[in-house]
This record gives sequence, C-alpha cells and structure tokens, in this order.
Amino acid sequence: MLKVSSSPHIRNIENTTGIMFDVIIALIPLGIAGVIMYGFYAALIIAVSVAAAVTSEYLWCKAIKKQATLRDLSAVVTGLLIAYNLPPTIPLWMAALGSAIAIIVVKQMFGGLGHNFANPAITARIVLMVSFPAEMTNFILPFAAQSAVSSPTPLSTFPSFGQFGILRLFLGNYPGCLGETSALLILVGGIYLVWRKVISPIIPVFFCGTVFLFTLIATGNPVVALSAVCSGGVMLGAVFMATDYVTSPKLPIGKIIFAVGCGLITMLIRIYGNLPEGVSFSILLMNLLTPLIDKIPGVKPFGYKEEK
Amino acid sequence: MKKERILHPAAKIWGGAKLPHRKDTAELESEIFPSPSTVTIPVSQHIGAPCEPTVAVGDNVFVGTKIADSEAFVSAPIHSSVSGTVKEIKKVKVASGSLCNAIVIENDHKDQIDPNIKPCPVNTPEELIAAARNCGLVGLGGAGFPAHVKLKPDGNRPIDVLIVNGAECEPYITADYRAALEDSEDILDGIYLIKKILGLKKVIIAVEDNKPKALKVLFDIAAGKQDVLDEVKLMKLKSHYPQGAEKVIIYTTTGRKVPLGKLPADVGCIVMNITSIATLSKYIKTGIPLIKKRVTVAGNAVKNPKNLIVPIGTAVSEILDYCEAENPEKILMGGPMMGVAVTDTAIPIVKANNAVLCFNGKEANGFDPTNCINCGRCIMACPMNLHPREVELSVDFNEGAEKYKKLNADYCIECGSCAFSCPARRPLVETMRLAKQEIRKAGAKNA
Repeated sequence: MLKVSSSPHIRNIENTTGIMFDVIIALIPLGIAGVIMYGFYAALIIAVSVAAAVTSEYLWCKAIKKQATLRDLSAVVTGLLIAYNLPPTIPLWMAALGSAIAIIVVKQMFGGLGHNFANPAITARIVLMVSFPAEMTNFILPFAAQSAVSSPTPLSTFPSFGQFGILRLFLGNYPGCLGETSALLILVGGIYLVWRKVISPIIPVFFCGTVFLFTLIATGNPVVALSAVCSGGVMLGAVFMATDYVTSPKLPIGKIIFAVGCGLITMLIRIYGNLPEGVSFSILLMNLLTPLIDKIPGVKPFGYKEEK
Repeated sequence: MKKERILHPAAKIWGGAKLPHRKDTAELESEIFPSPSTVTIPVSQHIGAPCEPTVAVGDNVFVGTKIADSEAFVSAPIHSSVSGTVKEIKKVKVASGSLCNAIVIENDHKDQIDPNIKPCPVNTPEELIAAARNCGLVGLGGAGFPAHVKLKPDGNRPIDVLIVNGAECEPYITADYRAALEDSEDILDGIYLIKKILGLKKVIIAVEDNKPKALKVLFDIAAGKQDVLDEVKLMKLKSHYPQGAEKVIIYTTTGRKVPLGKLPADVGCIVMNITSIATLSKYIKTGIPLIKKRVTVAGNAVKNPKNLIVPIGTAVSEILDYCEAENPEKILMGGPMMGVAVTDTAIPIVKANNAVLCFNGKEANGFDPTNCINCGRCIMACPMNLHPREVELSVDFNEGAEKYKKLNADYCIECGSCAFSCPARRPLVETMRLAKQEIRKAGAKNA
C-alpha cells in the first residue's frame, strides 16, 4: 500500500518546537545572570516556575482528556518568562501560582496553544502584582550576598534610576525583577532571535523607540531617555513578550501600530499613573487590540484590478 | 548576442519558499528507456477537452501515428509512442486518481515510424500554429495547456515578448536542465523561428542561477547565431521557488502582472517551457510528434536515479524497476511541492510528466497538524499576497463561496509555499483548494 498525501509533500525543517527552543536559548543568558546576581534562590524560582507551568499544562490536558502537547515547549517558555518577571525574593508558591494562572486561565481555558487572548506571562505578572503588591515589589540589590553589607535593605518601591549610572542600567546591575534588568543580555537574546528569523525586529525597535523618543521629548536628555528604555522591564517586554506571535499582529503595519501603542501606553502610565514601569499593562491592552489591528487589510493580491 | 546580455531580473516576487534543491541527477546524461512491451496512452493529457480515439482495437499503428483527436479548440491530438497493434481501449486510473479512457498498444518492437511523417517547415503564423497542434504539443512544464492556443495571434492583444521558461524551480527535477544541455541547438532554432514568424520584438530565455552550465551553453549557441537586433537575451533568475510559475516568471522577467482569470497574452507575453520549444523544433525538422518525455527519476528510495527519455504511456512500475526503486512507500508524479502522490504503479507516463519521485522511511511520512501559532509565515510566503490561514479558518467554519471570494482564494496558484513554511504543519493548500472549488461551483451556478 502506497502512502498518499496532498501537495506539498515536503516541509521546512523549522517547526513550532524548534521556534520555542530558539526562544529558550535566547532566554538562557538572562537566567544565568539572574542566578549570579541573586544566588541559588533565583535558580529555585526559575525551576519552580517552569515546573509549575509544565505540570499545569499536563494536568489540565489530562483533566479534559486531550493529548498533552508539552513537546512543543511553549509551557517551558512561559514558565521562564514568568520567573524573569518576578522579584528575586518572591515566595516560591506565588511563582507557582503565577505559572498556573498563566497556563490554565490565560492559555488552556481559551483553547491551548495559539488561542491565548493575551500574553500568559504578562497576565500572570499583572495578577500577582494586583494580588500581592508588597511581595511583587520587594526588590534587593544584585550581588547583595557578596557585598560587605550584612543584610541589604529591601526597597519597597521601585528605585529611582537616577542613582545608577547608565552603564549599570545597561548591564543590569540594579534592583529589579529576576530577568528584566540586563538590557545587554536581552539585546543579545533579541539579536539571536532576529538572526534565527524567529521574531521580526519591528516590535522591539518600535516599542523601545517610542519609549526613547517620548522620554527624549519630555526631558530633552538623551541619557535619561536611554535609561528609560533600559529600566522598568521595557526591554524584556519588548523583545520577549510583545513579540509573542499569538497576541501580536501579523502584518508589518500592524506590528508597528502595536509596538507604538505599547510604547505610548507605557509612558502614559509612567507619567500619569502610579507605577514606574507600565510595560505589563501596555502589552496586555495592546494584546486585546490585536484582533482589531489584524483587520487592517494587507496588500492587494497579485495582479488585482479594480472591478470597473 | 553581446557578452553583457545576460540580464538580471526585472522585478522581485514577494514571498515564496527557500527549498532544498536536491538536484542530484543534474549531471546524469539522459538515458533512452528501453521500449516497453505495452504502452497505455490516456486520451486526456492536457487542459481542455479530452480526445476521442481515432483508432480501433486491432488496428496497426506506427511510431507517431495519430491515435486520438478532438474537434474542440482547446485540445491537442495524441500519437502512438511505439509501433504495434491496438490491444484494447479501456478506462484506466491516472495519477489524479480518476478514471480516463486510454488506448493500450502492444509493442511489436520494430520501431517503425509512420510513413506519413516528414519534416514540416513553417513560414507563416498559421503554419506555426498548425504545427504546434499537429505535433500534440502541450505545456511540458507540467501544466499541459495546448500550445497552439497560446500561439494564436489575436489583434486585440499584441504580443511583444516570448519568455522561454527554463526555471525548473522544483527540487529533484532536472528534465528541463538536461534538455537545455542536450537539445540546445533545437531550442535555439525553435526560439529564433518562433520569433521570426510571430514577429516578436523580444525573447527572454530565463534560467535559474543554480543551472550555470545551462546558461553558458545557451548563451554560447545564441552568441553564434545571427541576431541583428540583439533581441534574444538570457536572463539569470534567482533560484527561489516558485520562480517557474507562469505568473511569477512573467513578473520577474518583464515586471508585468497578469490579472485574475487572464492569460499571458493579455499582458503581451507568450510563455513556453524550454522542453516544449525543443519538441516543437524537432517536429518542424523531422515531423515526429510528441511521443517521448524526459523524466527525472529520483528520491531516497531509488537506488539508481536517472534522467530517462521515456515513451509516453510507459507504466511507472517499469520505470521504477529500471531505476531499482527499493520499497517505495510514497511515489510522486511531479515534484515534491506540486506533485501528485499516486496510489498504484500501473499509472502511465503522460505528456505533462517531468519526474517520478520515490520515497521511503521518514521522507515518505505525512505531517500531523498542530495548533496555529499565528506566526504569519504563510502570509509572508504567499507570492500572490494572500492570507492562507484566514482562508483555512473560513473553510473550517464553512463560511461559503462569497466569503472565500472576498478573501481572494481564487488568486491562489497552489504553489505550496504557505504549507511548506508553516511550523504547525497546517494543511493550508488543502483548505485553499476547497475554497477555490466552492468559488468555482458558485460561479458555475450563477453563470
């Protein structure tokens, strides 16, 4: 008996799992830096987040009697991103809760891979922030364990970035979430993903560019504008979370609108709202607008002629 | 032809797919396949009306004898590829899976050419068109459109350029490439003849850049010909799928876009496959019609891949035996992007075939679709600027022909670039075909 299939009979080597694996590779340097900066507990947070994400997906699929698609590694990516969005002091059970909410509520309840209505990691971060504001803003100085100070003073609010030089901001040597501080490593990860053709550079460039321009116009100081991009989770959000395929527009024009929208909302929240970050909410809001943005018609088909 | 006359493309097509070339048979010289004991020649080997047999069971036929013809305009006669006796006329299964009337001829192995066959010089457009019809010529790139219909001049649509399609963009297939190397004189003679008779201002011989030898051979021969006005040019195309598709090659060679439902003649072009020109040229010189086809036999299940010159009507099973196919699990007629997977090996080789590919093991497997991750690769790949995923969703929800027409599904050329690029292995071409079918049905109903 001969096997029969419909054309085309070959496929590109790249598949969903391969794409997710590339994202994991791009995220690894951040994880290593997080552990170096904050010690073994950071590694625990990452491990618990990933394990909780994978386990939630497995249990949910078992519960609704659907084949578990853990092989596509998307749960691992979500787990990593959730960990990077948490302060290095977060109680482990909160990290696990965040992962469970991201996978079960945001992703699986809406249809699984490809059906989440918003970025799972971002939504989990928002849920945790609203539910546990104190623990979610409990930041510490990096390398605190190695410093001469016996016990670091936890900062309960976001540090004012003026106290750190632009170099420290770029390298990530300032208090913040586990994986969001190092602009350098995020840039490296982003360049890797663009080179591997996993993400288009449009969203990160326009998102960061809008934040930069806005701050430049507002303050007139390019160094301050640059520090606005390097802090508050803009880089992590722009490169790894706003670029999520499922929740961002497909056409280049849509991506530009999406990214500029994210940048604008981030700055508006920073200036008029109470939070020095704003990235999470901006990405969530633009995710919700994505189906509408995708309705913008693309180029006319090849050889299209207006009906006379 | 001056040295600098190897042109660069006039335009760049959007999208497409970066395919592995796998042209392992490129440097294998074409072998003549030993004449089979019977040939089964279907009466429909072209786009248009099927032919009616003009012979009966028991008739003696020679090589080149006409055995089927049609009164319809869009059709082409069919000739016997061997000499012998008509054994039966019956319905057989063809590659698409449907049944088609076919003439089975028992080979007497005498290889006697029909005594009526003689060279057929042409001097006027009418004679050229008659020659194209009489030799049974159809588009040998795979489409199978009767060539004489293409060549018919129409006062409303003046033709100024002939595009010779030597792209051969599908993986594995090297039939046109070998034709360019082995039949180069016939090809150039044919090109210059068509140009002279139809009074064409320009000829572009378009070959992909993964065939540098073919480019050189054709260039050298053309350089030696009389080309007073320097109007026959070679063009080096990027080896990017689907470069050989008709609308695509017209765009990349001339910058002209063929609108939906229109023909190349509507933008002033004639496109002919390089092997079609070689066949027409040989007919004019010798009178022998289209009875043999150069076919690439390749794939990981073939121990001895070859380029074979095969009599039309030869069963695929005989070709596979000759090339020592081992445990083939999937057999394709055509290339891996647009070829048809066949269900049994009794299928005969027809005019439009260019390749028989056999696969086993992993390469014979199908693809299980997973969830769409909204990556947009299908949109970036579609050379017709369509949104395949949207059409797939629409078909899954059965939204109807009107919606599919709004999504422009009828523009699709079924090249497969979208499905090739999809990381979730979604059946995008299948759903697009369903949408196109619904549009056709609705159009027929309204007509």
